[in-house]
Parts: sequence; C-alpha cells; structure tokens
Amino acid sequence: MIVFERPKALSDVATHYCPGCTHGIIHRLVAEIMDELDICGKTVGIAPVGCAVLAYDYFECDMIEAPHGRAPAVATGVKRALPDSCVFTYQGDGDLAAIGMGEIIHAAARGEKITVIFVNNAIYGMTGGQMAPTTLPGQVTETSPYGRNTDISGYPIKVCELLAGIDGTYYAERVAVDSVKNVLQAKKALKKAFSNQCQGLGFNVVEVVSSCPTNWGLSSSKALEWLRESMLPYYPLGVYRDMGKKDEATV
Amino acid sequence: MEKVLMKGNEALAEAAIMAGCRHFFGYPITPQTEVAAYMSKRMPEVNGLYLQAESEIASINMVLGAASAGVRVMTSSSSPGISLMGEGISYMAGCDLPAVIVNIQRGGPGLGGIQPAQSDYFQATRACGHGDFHLMVLAPNSIQEIVDLTQRAFNLADIYRTPVMILGDGILGQMMEPVTLERIPEAELPEKSWATTGTSGKRRKNITTSLWLQPDKLEKSNFARFERYALIQQKEPLWEEYLTEDADIVLVAYGAVSRICKNAIIAAREKGVKAGLLRPITLWPFPSRPLLELVDRVKTFICAEMSMGQMIEDVRAAIAYRKPVTLCGHTGGVVHTPEEILAQIEAANGGTQP
Amino acid sequence: MNHNILLAGFGGQGILFAGKFLAYSGMLHDKFVSWLPSYGPAMRGGTANCSVIIGNTPIGSPIVNKPDILIAMNLPSLDKYEPECAPNALVILDSSLIGRSLVRTDLSGCYIPATALADENGLKGMANMIMLGKLTAASSVCAADDIEAVLKKTVPERKKELFEANFKALRLGYEYRS
Repeated sequence: MIVFERPKALSDVATHYCPGCTHGIIHRLVAEIMDELDICGKTVGIAPVGCAVLAYDYFECDMIEAPHGRAPAVATGVKRALPDSCVFTYQGDGDLAAIGMGEIIHAAARGEKITVIFVNNAIYGMTGGQMAPTTLPGQVTETSPYGRNTDISGYPIKVCELLAGIDGTYYAERVAVDSVKNVLQAKKALKKAFSNQCQGLGFNVVEVVSSCPTNWGLSSSKALEWLRESMLPYYPLGVYRDMGKKDEATV
Repeated sequence: MEKVLMKGNEALAEAAIMAGCRHFFGYPITPQTEVAAYMSKRMPEVNGLYLQAESEIASINMVLGAASAGVRVMTSSSSPGISLMGEGISYMAGCDLPAVIVNIQRGGPGLGGIQPAQSDYFQATRACGHGDFHLMVLAPNSIQEIVDLTQRAFNLADIYRTPVMILGDGILGQMMEPVTLERIPEAELPEKSWATTGTSGKRRKNITTSLWLQPDKLEKSNFARFERYALIQQKEPLWEEYLTEDADIVLVAYGAVSRICKNAIIAAREKGVKAGLLRPITLWPFPSRPLLELVDRVKTFICAEMSMGQMIEDVRAAIAYRKPVTLCGHTGGVVHTPEEILAQIEAANGGTQP
Repeated sequence: MNHNILLAGFGGQGILFAGKFLAYSGMLHDKFVSWLPSYGPAMRGGTANCSVIIGNTPIGSPIVNKPDILIAMNLPSLDKYEPECAPNALVILDSSLIGRSLVRTDLSGCYIPATALADENGLKGMANMIMLGKLTAASSVCAADDIEAVLKKTVPERKKELFEANFKALRLGYEYRS
C-alpha cells in the first residue's frame, strides 16, 4: 500500500526553491487540495513575479504568469470569462502587498470569486533579500542594513487584517507552515478557501506565514524558530473574517 | 440596411459587440468615456460583461486574463491611460494573446489636454511597452470605417495572436456620421488550443507566460513572433489613395487629419495644383510599398499629423529619403485648418499659382 | 453644395440636440452628414458649439471653420463666430439674448427672440427648436414637410411626451415674422 505519493496536481519536476524554503510545503498543500476536491481540470492558477514566478511549472492545472502585482486583476479576467472555473493566485509579499496593493484591495472589494494564497516571509526572496512591506521593525535586510527603521520606512502591513476589513471579503485566515500542527491547520484553511470558491463564494484569502532561511541567513530549523518568535507575535494566526460563520467570534 | 447616426466612440463599442466581444474592462478618461458608458449599458443586454477597473493597469491585466481564457476582449482608453497599460501590453505581446486595445488620443505629454492629437504614433507603432514587439495598429478616419476596422481588429488579433490597437483621436471619437452596422465577412480563425480554460483532465496543461530565463529560448520565442510579424507586413498593410495618379504633391495623413487634407486637396486642384493623398489605414504594418511606388512621379511629400512629426519618419524611410518630406504639424490639441494645409501645398508647389 | 452649419451657445441650451436634428434632416434625404461637438469643460456651463455639415459630396473635415450658416444663441458666440462666417452667410440669432445687430454687412441676419418666445409659450428650454424652425423657413437645409419625420428620429421613445412640445416650438419659429 502506498502511503505517501505525489499529488496528481503537482508536477513531477524538481523545484528551484532553496533548501528549507516553505514554498514547497504550500505548493504540495494546494496540489493535495486540488486532488481532494477533484478540481485540477477546471483550475487556472496565476503565478506572481517573485520566488514563485515559476509556479506554473509545478502545478498540473492551466497556469498564467502575471505581471508583478497584477495577479488579482489577471485572475479577475479569467474568472469573469470562465465563471465555472476555479481560479487562484499565488503571491508573495512584494507582489501582493507592495506593487500589487491596488489590485488585491479592489479584487477583494469586488468580492471576486477567487482564492488568493499570500505567502508572507517578511523579505524579498527572488531579488536576494531586500526589505519587504511585511519586513518587521528592526529586521535586517539588504536594504535595511541597520534594521527596518520605522521613522524612515514605516510599518509592516498586516494583510489579513486589512483585507478582513473589506466588505467584499468572504474569508480571510492567517496560517503558518512552521510545524505539523500549523501545516494541518494551513491545509484546512486553504481547502476552505478553495471549497468556498467552488460554491460560488468569495473573495477568499489565506495568508501563509513562511520562512526564508537563505535570505534571513539562518538554518532551516533556526528560521522556523525565528518565524515563531518574531513573526507570529506581529502576525497572529487565526480567522480574520468568515462570512460563512458570521455569528462566531473572530480573532 | 438602415443607416444610423452614431458617435465614433459608440459605433466602436457596438462594432466590438458585433464582433463577438462580450468582455470589456476599462477606466474612464476623456475623450473616450462614451466607449465605456456605451459598454456599461449595452453589455448586460447581450449577456456580456462591463467591468470598471480601479485603474488602467488593472484593466489591461483583466484583459490579459480574459484573453488567456480564450474570449474576445477589449479595453479602451486615451493617451495617459495607454501609458499606464504599457506593461500589460508588453506582457500580452510576449504571451501572444489576442485582444483589442483602443486609444482615442488626446494632447500630451503628461496630463496634456483633452483635445484631439496624434502624438501617440511612436508609442503605438514603436514602443507601447518594453521589449521586442509590435502591435498591429489600425487608424480609421470615418465612423463607418470604425465599425469595419473594429470588427477586423478582432479577427486580426485572433489570426496572428497579437494585441491590436485601434488608434483614433478625439474628433473621431466624438463626431457622428451615418453608419450601416453591417457585419464584415467571417474570417477563418485558428482554434484557441493554447487558451488556459482548464484542462478538464483531457490534455496537458497550458501555460501563458512571457518568461524565458534562457536567452536562446527567449530569442527563439521572439524569432517566432517576428516571423508572424513578417507575414503581417506582407499581407496586411491597408491604405487609401486619393487623387494620387497625377499628383505632383502627395500628402500623407491618417485619421481625422486625412479628412482635412481632402478639403485642402480639392481647393488646391481648383487652383490648378495637382495634389493627392496617401492615407495609411494600418500604421503598423506601415504601407511603405505604395509610397515607394509614388516616389518617382511625385515632386514632394507633405506629412500632415497632429504631432511634432512622428509618422514623418516612416514616410521618409518608406521613400528611402529620395524626395523631400515636409511636416505640416500641430500639437497639444490644435487641429489643422484646410487653409493652412493648402498654403503648405502651394508653398511646396513653388508659391501661389497665377 | 454642402451646408456648413455652426451652432453655438451656452451649455444646456440644447445646441448639440439641435445639431443632431439637422443631421437627421440630411439623412432623411440620404445626404452626406457629419456632426461634431466641442467637448470638455464646454459641456459644463461654458460655451458649447457644434459643427454640422450636410451635403451631396463626401465630407472631408467635419470641423466647420467658416460657417455659411451660423446659429448663435448667445453674445459670446456671435462675437466669436461672426468674423469667421463665410461671405454672405446666413446668421440666425436669438435676439432675446443678443442685444446687438450684425456688424458685417454681407451677412443676412435673422433676428428671433427665441428664448422669450419659448418662455411665453410654455416651451421653456426649447429656444433651440424655435431657432431651427426659423432656419427651416429661411434656408433649404431642412424642408418644413420633413420636420415631423425628423423629430420622430431624434426624440427618443422614452421621451415621447416631448414630441408635441418640440413640434410646437419648431412651428413657432417657422411661422415667426419679425
């Protein structure tokens, strides 16, 4: 009996991600969900500009590589043209929270029936470790060598909280992929974000607090420790908006 | 078929619907707003979608998504808005996506003005965005031609898998003329087997991307696109010649200015000056061959355009710099009068005739 | 011969609609027709003008620079366009809003207090149609017999109740003798 196999929706290729990077885990979760919901054949994924730019090589569904930050607008075009399809964007913190802030806010405001996977690792990975809109105060990066100075560079953006405040948002949850327990919760959240869309409900966003050992200059395990100790206090996990459970208390 | 009186902007929108366009994404800007307004009213009547985006940047990317999903899609804007779309247009060219983009030009640079201009010629024909690519650029000069060329634009986009631009100006957008809303003959269109519509588990996945990290692969992709461009240059140039058979002086003008030139040409001929007009209808591909064919019999060319001289470079190159080409230009929203064009014709003819 | 008509006045006086009426009157007889408005800030209370060309030959420039018919509905328009008129042009002006006569002696002027007539006859806002009625009487642009057919084309179905008022205004202008 096979107990562990590659999800069908995940391509049989080696990824370009760095050792210890959590993109691989998130990719796998998305692929497992596509298999479990049997939606790979009707799914169109939108890859960002950033570390996940090549995500179109890793999923077996149809894929589009969007201009930097514009994935939510591209997703809108696809979903409006193909209302019965399942459309997701996969975006990093530079793509979604810096250059693409306009597109994500308005996609949420329109209540686009899409699923947004937002990977927050507090740094620009692909360009080699520069300050991101989600870089923590005091965090050292290539372009904040003395630590992020909030007097100069302002404060990190809490995307989940921001999008949860928009009427068009149906579901917003922040998860992490630093532990087995959190990975299982991340899968639950992602599955909900896809299921909602399949039922015609949106806008759905799942923020995944993620690690970048390479650009943080830490080992994989130290990176996960840093994620827990530094990021999670600033970016608390939990459900920020769930219109399916309006009456239940949220975070 | 009955003639109806329609504004250029509205005729353009209706023609797009006639061509099967059911998805329009746009952002209001003068002087093209009637396109969006018409679409917002008309699309729901034909089960289509009008979606007002938050910016031109978002509009063009929605167009990118819808085009990738295989539907006929259009956006429209005016000069400053087209600049914002530059990135998306480049991506669409790189992804080989068909779509129709309308630019009802206004004066620039910057916020410029809102009166008619043709100062986006370079942008349209040379560099609507970064990288090695071209758009097909169609330049109607009447409302009837707007109706015909808009439909044709969708066919060309599908056949050559390229964004096609309709380059108008504030005069054409705002003016009304009687038109027949007639369908152009159906073209044989290739199947969109590349579209990202979902695999349905029946085929390998499709990928829409303009990213090629290996230089040789990117070069190959560009070579392939330029092979199509060569075909376009060979097969698709369109132009109109007006009284060029015996002309000593040939005006070259497109869009609204070409109409004003006709008044000046009639007036010149009444004065015994043999003037004619060559009007490019496609700006890219530029109709170079017919211009070159005129070069031996024509004394001089006058390029009349609402810019500081942009198309004039294509005119000079087309005739291999063998005859003088002078500019009759206006900019910033100022429109030529027939009288000043006539004066330039007479000057080119060696002064006023007795 | 082409009629090169310029209609000018304030935004809100129905200049563009009057132009449309003329364009349709040309279409009724399969003439070449063009209609071009000024646009932009002029639409918001400033001066508005509209070029209409009706003729038997294809229309080149849709811009009327030298009108042979000028319909002037305020003083700034007359001041601006009287000098531009073609020799011997016909000028129809709203004498209730324009307190002067034509300066040029070659022009033929038709003075009609259209705004006052409209107000007196319960046709507020229809001075434009009164002016057109006068134009119909004073030129060959539009035949009196065509008015009804043209109005049917120009007044949209949902504003049917305006048909009678427009018709009355046109007739008032047509029959007006100074």
